[in-house]
Amino acid sequence: MTTSGLKDLVAGADALYRDYRLGSVRAWKERTGGLAIGHMPVYAPREALHAMGVLPVGIMGASDDLEIIRGDAYYQSYICHIPRSTIELALNGSLDPLDGMLFPAICDVIRNLSGMWKMMFKDKLVRYLDVPQDFDRARGAAFWRGEIVSLCAELAERGAKPLDMEALRRSIAVYNDHRRAVRGLYDLRKDEPWKVPTAELYPILRAGLVMPVEEHLAMLGAYRTMVEADATRRPMDLARVVLVGSFCEQPPLGLIKTLERSGCYIVDDDFVQIHRFILGDVSTEGDPLDALARAFTEHAIEHPTKWCEKEKGADLVDRVKASGAGGVLFCAPSFCDPALLDQPMAVAAMDRHSIPWTAFKYSENTGQFQVIREQAGTFADSIQLWSTV
Amino acid sequence: MATPVAAKKDASQDRQKRMIADHYGRLSRTHLTGEKNCYTYVPGNLTELLRTFDLLPVLPEINALQSGMRGKTREYIAAAEKEGHSEDVCAYVKSDIGMISSGNVGPTGERLPPPDLLLLSYTGCFTFLKWFELLREKYKCPIVMLHVPYQGEGAITPSMRKYVVDQLKEKVIPILEEVSGKKYDEDRLREHLVRSAAAEDDLVAVLQSAKHRPSPIDAYFGGVYYIGPMFTAFRGTQDAVEYYKELRSEVEARMAQGKGPITPEGEIVEKYRVVVEGPPAWTHFRELWKMFGDEGAVCVASTYTKVGGTYDFGFRHDPAHPLETLADYCMGCYTNINLPGRVDMISRYVEEYAADGFLINSVKSCKSFSAGQLMILREVEKRTGRPGGFIESDLVDARYFSAANIKNRLESYFQMIAQKRAATGVAVGAS
Repeated sequence: MTTSGLKDLVAGADALYRDYRLGSVRAWKERTGGLAIGHMPVYAPREALHAMGVLPVGIMGASDDLEIIRGDAYYQSYICHIPRSTIELALNGSLDPLDGMLFPAICDVIRNLSGMWKMMFKDKLVRYLDVPQDFDRARGAAFWRGEIVSLCAELAERGAKPLDMEALRRSIAVYNDHRRAVRGLYDLRKDEPWKVPTAELYPILRAGLVMPVEEHLAMLGAYRTMVEADATRRPMDLARVVLVGSFCEQPPLGLIKTLERSGCYIVDDDFVQIHRFILGDVSTEGDPLDALARAFTEHAIEHPTKWCEKEKGADLVDRVKASGAGGVLFCAPSFCDPALLDQPMAVAAMDRHSIPWTAFKYSENTGQFQVIREQAGTFADSIQLWSTV
Repeated sequence: MATPVAAKKDASQDRQKRMIADHYGRLSRTHLTGEKNCYTYVPGNLTELLRTFDLLPVLPEINALQSGMRGKTREYIAAAEKEGHSEDVCAYVKSDIGMISSGNVGPTGERLPPPDLLLLSYTGCFTFLKWFELLREKYKCPIVMLHVPYQGEGAITPSMRKYVVDQLKEKVIPILEEVSGKKYDEDRLREHLVRSAAAEDDLVAVLQSAKHRPSPIDAYFGGVYYIGPMFTAFRGTQDAVEYYKELRSEVEARMAQGKGPITPEGEIVEKYRVVVEGPPAWTHFRELWKMFGDEGAVCVASTYTKVGGTYDFGFRHDPAHPLETLADYCMGCYTNINLPGRVDMISRYVEEYAADGFLINSVKSCKSFSAGQLMILREVEKRTGRPGGFIESDLVDARYFSAANIKNRLESYFQMIAQKRAATGVAVGAS
């Protein structure tokens, strides 16, 4: 494999996810005649959509690539940035190829955006995905199963193929392959972070939101093959950090690059979490709808948007240990309730375990990174020099 | 410094004050009496069920707003921010955290007991979930979560109701039994629900009296007092029944005499009728009310008075279906209704209460209310043809209250209504 091949692959992924007019989705629709349904972060039952011949399309704002004009007219100054850019994209026609939008239960802002969408785009399918906060099989999973069935019925009314259990089983298997491939790259980055810079991995993950899962699987495989073969990638003496808080509104790519240039290997993170929200494989045995519903209630990651029945912060401590990180970057979007309300509890857990941490905020269109670079650089130095973790 | 004007009080207000004092007194003595308490939230509160187990409710939002009215939240919020809580998040949470760190002294100046149980009725507000995770960290006490589905599609489905009822039966009631040491007695719950429905009838009569011209009540600033017992610790009690009976008779007497609302500054002569969306700014409650009063503006309906339950469209607690009715009650709370539903409700209020327009008080803390309000503004204007106004403040963070800005906006808004009336030849106060 050549270095230029790798560069081309990453550049291609970058171009795909930054094509906010969803050229790849438009092309897919022309090719297949299928429905394309957008979804906000952090989780959607993509397997069910896939089984019905629907293309799930992840919408994660517009980074620093889009000037917000009309989107700002919908929000007060103390609301985060992602709903503004999402509305801007919708109003400037970028999201026209989408036949509908799903709004998972992330926070009140995204929840209310679902209502705004209903009023603004009356001819589209719009659903709030009320994922269960009760994780009991007979209650939460049963409720969630019913919600998925109801969503599928609505999709079928709009022309999607009716949900077929065998098709769903096959779709679950494809997404299991996809989850394994993503996890494999995360493991590789954890073991040899110099081979998988996050500034490359990130566009690769984002590209997966706007293309069929099968094609993304191929992209993940090609990327892995290329980086493993690239002998020019050598270890450097950088600090290993886990980055948390960036699960909904995403930082601009420039911020990720800044963190890496400041002396950090990001060895675990919250970016584009939908690819990793379910831990392990979803069962392909028995009732596949039941398996899909239970995947959320029983096999999903701990998350600030979910009710936590365990000790707060314990999962983050585990992630730090598992990734061999020396510290944590709390990197949350301004005005993000789930991340910022969660942070004091996670910080307390870090303190209890003597894990160094630092915190800063951003918005998706942050353009000045110097202060963050200095802060992250100092933090990385302090880990390298003095950490006992 | 000017001497504060003493507020004029009705008999019902004195009764409510006594009820609150008694309740907080009982809470402060639980270490002596052995009574158990349960911290829970206003939206989706299960007061009748808690009372069935003789548990005393404690409502952290009420403590926070009371702290705001008493001028305590500045120090509480500062204490919480020092502990690492972000300036970007809900000030109720920070006020509560700060209050706990400062000794947990409640609204009446008495110390509140630590919770015997945290009942997280997760209704209409994401922050609730994190708030009780934070309290669990502080108190290390038992906790139970009731997930109340949001009315995303604008209706309550049988599946949503079953989900809530199943959680009540299998999770909430068992832990209430465990904490209280008492068995669940459904007949006792039904008795509470009968009393709830009676009080709800009277509350609705009070709120709907504002359809009369002039309105005998202010349904926003005055309204928060009227909803007090219903939304807090007293729904289902005989005290609440008596309170609402008394309140209704006072309001009906005022209506018969053609009187306007009583405010701390005296009676308002109604010039403008407005509907208000959003919670009040508790730190400047009286000051904001005076700004309205000085303009002759009477709030004839409000959405904030529906956060702890929406009764004016027909819902009543139904003793024949005790758990199902609790589920429906929770799911019907205002912030659990989707945005199109909220637009419908406000538009309906504007029409049915013959309002000149509507005002939105957008509070920085509460994104459940605030996210989408600018769209609500445009939609309601479009539907009703009445003008909307927009002011910004906060629940209990005084740093976000700019009196001059708000006063300026309100004056401009009411001038605009007056000019519109002049242009159409309608006298002020007679739209």
